[in-house]
Amino acid sequence: MTLLDFARGPALYWSTLIMVCGLVWRLAGVALLPFRPDRSAAGPQSRGRVRGALGTIVSRSLPRRTFLARTFATVVVGYAMHLGLLIILLGGAPHILLVAQATGLSWPSLPKGVVALASAVTLVTLVFVLVRRCTHPVLRLLSNFDDFLSIVLTLVPVATGILLAEETVLPYRTLLTWHILSVEAMMIWLPFGKLSHVVFVFAGRAVSGAKLGKRGATT
Amino acid sequence: MKPRDTLGQKLAGYGISRRALLKFAAAAATSLALPPGVAPAIAESLSGARRQSLIWLSFQDCTGCLESLTRSDAPGIERLIFDFISLDYQETLMAAAGAAADETLVRAARDNHGKYLLAIDGSVPTAEGGVHSMVGGRTNMDMLAELAEGAAAVLAIGTCAAYGGIPKAAPNPTSAVGIADLVKEKPIVNIPGCPPIPEVLTGVLVNFLTFGRLPDLDDLGRPLAYFGTTIHDQCYRRPYYDQGKFAHSFDDEGARQGWCLFELGCKGPTTRNACASLKWNGGTSFPIQSGHGCLGCSEPDFWDKGSFYTSLSGGEGPPWDAVGGAAAVGLGIGGAAAFAARRSRAAVDRQLAKEWQRDHGATATSKTEEDGP
Ligand code: SF4
Repeated sequence: MTLLDFARGPALYWSTLIMVCGLVWRLAGVALLPFRPDRSAAGPQSRGRVRGALGTIVSRSLPRRTFLARTFATVVVGYAMHLGLLIILLGGAPHILLVAQATGLSWPSLPKGVVALASAVTLVTLVFVLVRRCTHPVLRLLSNFDDFLSIVLTLVPVATGILLAEETVLPYRTLLTWHILSVEAMMIWLPFGKLSHVVFVFAGRAVSGAKLGKRGATT
Repeated sequence: MKPRDTLGQKLAGYGISRRALLKFAAAAATSLALPPGVAPAIAESLSGARRQSLIWLSFQDCTGCLESLTRSDAPGIERLIFDFISLDYQETLMAAAGAAADETLVRAARDNHGKYLLAIDGSVPTAEGGVHSMVGGRTNMDMLAELAEGAAAVLAIGTCAAYGGIPKAAPNPTSAVGIADLVKEKPIVNIPGCPPIPEVLTGVLVNFLTFGRLPDLDDLGRPLAYFGTTIHDQCYRRPYYDQGKFAHSFDDEGARQGWCLFELGCKGPTTRNACASLKWNGGTSFPIQSGHGCLGCSEPDFWDKGSFYTSLSGGEGPPWDAVGGAAAVGLGIGGAAAFAARRSRAAVDRQLAKEWQRDHGATATSKTEEDGP
């Protein structure tokens, strides 16, 4: 069995199962915790739980005007990276093909050039994020292994994916092998580290938004 | 020297001019990735070459390789070079049978000891001492060990001989292996393909007749000149791949337009062979040109790489019931973790209640704060 066979066979099989198991574990672990009943009275400006939850999901995704001047670069880089990843994942023809072959679901792909541009932007932002985390004195102090691993495990699939799409530097087989293996490494780590924000980010915002919305606090 | 003892004499007998031989030598030099300047030297060596003894054994095979090579439509000098080879033993092609055939083999091996080429198609079964494939009461393993010992070089013809091929496919009931797994002391060239391209065998023979050695090989023992690039790199549908134009099914508009077959499972990007340049049936066509993706038949274990129709970007992921099982396990672990958290919280609540009672007397309620910050 070649490394590529391993990547397309057992590694794909087990990394998918580990990711599914891990995500359900993490979500169930939080969802089944005892809910503390909110006994506070609804405030005069209460928006209700549902509107509060939905509003917070949106409002926390937008930059704060007060801090915008200071955080502009972070906001732009964050947006570019996340949008880039979304375009690569949902717009790249080989990724749609993978989903289609696994689930039967399919949608039109974006032109190769658009995905290439998004990939380039994502790669640059990821490198920037990594370098900044390594060099910024405060960020470095706040960072742990999880932070670095999560960035690297996102960066490597993007880098190998770009080389693979352009079929350059290394043979196609080598690039395909390492691209698939690096994605699988990310899938395995996804539920257990900071990458789990993929599923927790909106759920977390919704919970606090519901609570604050009922009380009428601005978020 | 007997009449027509050299290739040059034989070719002259067939009415092939020296000029035609030079032309062939130039083509051979190109296909073997040699500089064009060596063509006259190749022609010289070829015309002076003597008949090369070749012993051909068929092991665990389907005879497809032999069919492909003998029925190849390669006319002209390539064909004559095949004719020029002294095929001293080949069970399927020879007239002799039984003891007479055995004698031929013994004589050929003895008379040309150390000089003959040993060609093999088919894999070698090794389970139960190799009894799954025997010729004249002898296992393939035995015959290989004995005949490889006296060979100048070994040609593993076809994917089965090169890497085990279809007999080695899971669950490999006969523990089939390729030649290189058993023969360690002799130079071996793998000419894989299911079947292999006849012109590649000719090229290897020309190389041997000219230089007295096997051509340069890649890391899987294949002649670099023919297996140096992927099908994908030579494919005429490649521009469509680069433009992202794919056939989604075998009968859609993309298929009719001749677009790239990647999505239909083409293994061209990971397969090294010369199909796209040499093509088949005298250069007529090759699978991709006929509308079907490459199966990757010249690669080891091509039979066990999942469906021929799963694209390279896909793979053998888990079935839905396994995914459901994983989710159930996750739910179990998450539920257990939450349960443990509830229990420890209840213990803390009880402890707090106890402390409250102790501090505030029996009349106070044991209610603890229920809402978090
Ligand atoms: S048909 Fe196959 S070999 Fe040809 S370009 Fe498409 S993927 Fe590559």
